[in-house]
Amino acid sequence: MSKYLSEFREPAVARLMLDEIKGLVTKPWVIMEVCGGQTHAIVRSGIDQLLPTGVRLVHGPGCPVCVTPLEIIDQAIAIAMMPEVILCSFGDMLRVPGSQQDLLSARASGADVRIVYSPLEALQTARENTGRQVVFLAIGFETTAPGNAMVVAQAAKEGLTNFSILVCHVLVPPAMKTLLDSPDNQVQGYLAAGHVCTVMGLAEYEAISAEYKVPIVVTGLESNDILEGLLMILRQLESGRHEVENQYGRSVKREGNPLAREMVGRVFATKDQKWRGIGLLPQSGLTVREEFSGFDAAKRFAVQEIATKESPLCISGIILQGLQRPDQCPAFATSCRPEHPLGATMVSGEGACAAYYHYKKL
Amino acid sequence: MTSFSCPLPIMNHANVQLAHGSGGKLSADLIAAMILPRFANPALNRLNDQAVLSLPPGRLAFSTDSYVVDPIFFPGGSIGDLAINGTINDVAMSGAMPLFLSVGLILEEGLPMATLHRILVDMERCAVEGGVSIVTGDTKVVPRGKCDKIFINTSGIGVVPEGLDLDASRICPGDQIIVSGTVGDHGLAVLTSREQLSFKTEIQSDTAALHRLVSLMLKTSNQIKVLRDPTRGGVATTLNEFASTSGHGIVVEEAAIPVLPAVRGACDVLGLDPLTVANEGKLLAVVAKDDAARLLAVMQAHALGGESRIIGEVVAEHQGLVALRTGLGVKRILEMPVAEQLPRIC
Repeated sequence: MSKYLSEFREPAVARLMLDEIKGLVTKPWVIMEVCGGQTHAIVRSGIDQLLPTGVRLVHGPGCPVCVTPLEIIDQAIAIAMMPEVILCSFGDMLRVPGSQQDLLSARASGADVRIVYSPLEALQTARENTGRQVVFLAIGFETTAPGNAMVVAQAAKEGLTNFSILVCHVLVPPAMKTLLDSPDNQVQGYLAAGHVCTVMGLAEYEAISAEYKVPIVVTGLESNDILEGLLMILRQLESGRHEVENQYGRSVKREGNPLAREMVGRVFATKDQKWRGIGLLPQSGLTVREEFSGFDAAKRFAVQEIATKESPLCISGIILQGLQRPDQCPAFATSCRPEHPLGATMVSGEGACAAYYHYKKL
Repeated sequence: MTSFSCPLPIMNHANVQLAHGSGGKLSADLIAAMILPRFANPALNRLNDQAVLSLPPGRLAFSTDSYVVDPIFFPGGSIGDLAINGTINDVAMSGAMPLFLSVGLILEEGLPMATLHRILVDMERCAVEGGVSIVTGDTKVVPRGKCDKIFINTSGIGVVPEGLDLDASRICPGDQIIVSGTVGDHGLAVLTSREQLSFKTEIQSDTAALHRLVSLMLKTSNQIKVLRDPTRGGVATTLNEFASTSGHGIVVEEAAIPVLPAVRGACDVLGLDPLTVANEGKLLAVVAKDDAARLLAVMQAHALGGESRIIGEVVAEHQGLVALRTGLGVKRILEMPVAEQLPRIC
């Protein structure tokens, strides 16, 4: 693995691709990288500073922590505060601000909140704590949905009555369509998220590319992946083509991973989904199917109705749609900082504001 | 080495009882059977409430640290190694030769005596190898669940050589920054050995006592401005401390900073930056440019400095800030980590 990593960051290869990009570009272009992991790789390595003037990268909504609606954070906190509950979550959800507090503050005031690296750990926690209710905060894009579906199916198979998931799964294609439909849209080409397509394949993106006449390159997350993805999309833009190309062939097959999708389909159904900062997008989320509803924490703990309150200063919705850069926000690095964030984009490991904050230019 | 693997003394209890910290008979038994045989020296053997010490003339360096690492045993070391080496290093970064340590043990009721013994043996080995005496100590036992197995506090005293004043305020533009080896090893060794993590690596903690390396460095150059061991918060934090204390800028080359491939890979999987991960056997030195190459060569010839590298320099620009030049040649700011990334790492 490590060998691959150095190979995909090799500066000499990067310079060759940058030279080719410079020789290729004849006019300004706006390209969106959909995935927050790509945003971080771009800003961390400095790719955005090396592109020809006129080629502008805008950062997309592909940060699951960032788009998880406030209601879910508040529900998770309310559930975590129940004395019988152990709430398991990925680490970067813990500092995401809810209406009143975050999960870390809930933990400091007595909630049993535990960081896990995989939903399987949460399932194991349930097996080991039969007297407690174990809730896994299951958020993410299509990438993490198969794993979360699998633990629900496994819990059902084992007859576990003390395990449930609080689910907020979002889907990329409906969000891309929403951005493309917007009258404010400036994006002319997309780097699609390699890991999402590893599960989902290319078909959905081929439909979008054809309908909107927009080039899409499925791209990996290393700096040289991103440069190659940019090179491929700029070649399309400069030559007037619009098709789906796959830069990330070492992981993404055209058909994706049908077994993983089948597991997702067994446990989850699509639904209209609210995205934090963006709004309600039709058929853009996943919900637990009726036959597995015993494992749906929102139903088990009856916490659906919660009044939420967003910070009026936070413009993360506009940032998630690529309409402004984080450093254009008046609150950026002033009243909004990682230690007291106003929005999730400042604390998530894939959030654009966090990327700009941590990897500030000199 | 065989003396450091002595068998568990025969105790009447297989596990630590509350009464072992009561100050009564069981406390005395624990100290006599488990602790004194490990750390015996004239000052400790008197079992007074304090150690009375004779020190060579000079200024004292005095430091304290508490160790709460989880798990207590990890690849490359244990809480016992950290408790001795960590405080030796804190004293040594002043240039002082550490001489005496205190040890405070806080034990959780139910801790197996065999576990305590293993840790004490590790502490003995590190103290003997480091040439420091444990001259005073204390043992408390708290009810089950009130601490996690064992917490250790150690304090250390050393004597600073005359005329030596290592301080970040002495840094000037042009000075070179040297790291004594690969960064991030300890943090990743501890993190990836935590049982809930689903992948394992071969990464070992770098826990080591650096005072002899420091002593050698100080003999090599009288132009060393400051030394610091980048523990919690990692290299990024220490560099930022240097920049903010001195008021100068710092530029480091990402490609020059040694990181083990396994550490880099694990950091990528976990979303961590090796530059913000804890080390327990590395130091950062800032030295005048004229002495840098000579100092580097001496460090590289030492067992604890084989992978030493010059990673950057002090500059007059961007005062108080640390810049990282990425592999692609772009400069960006290297920030201190905001929050605790890895709780209970040491």
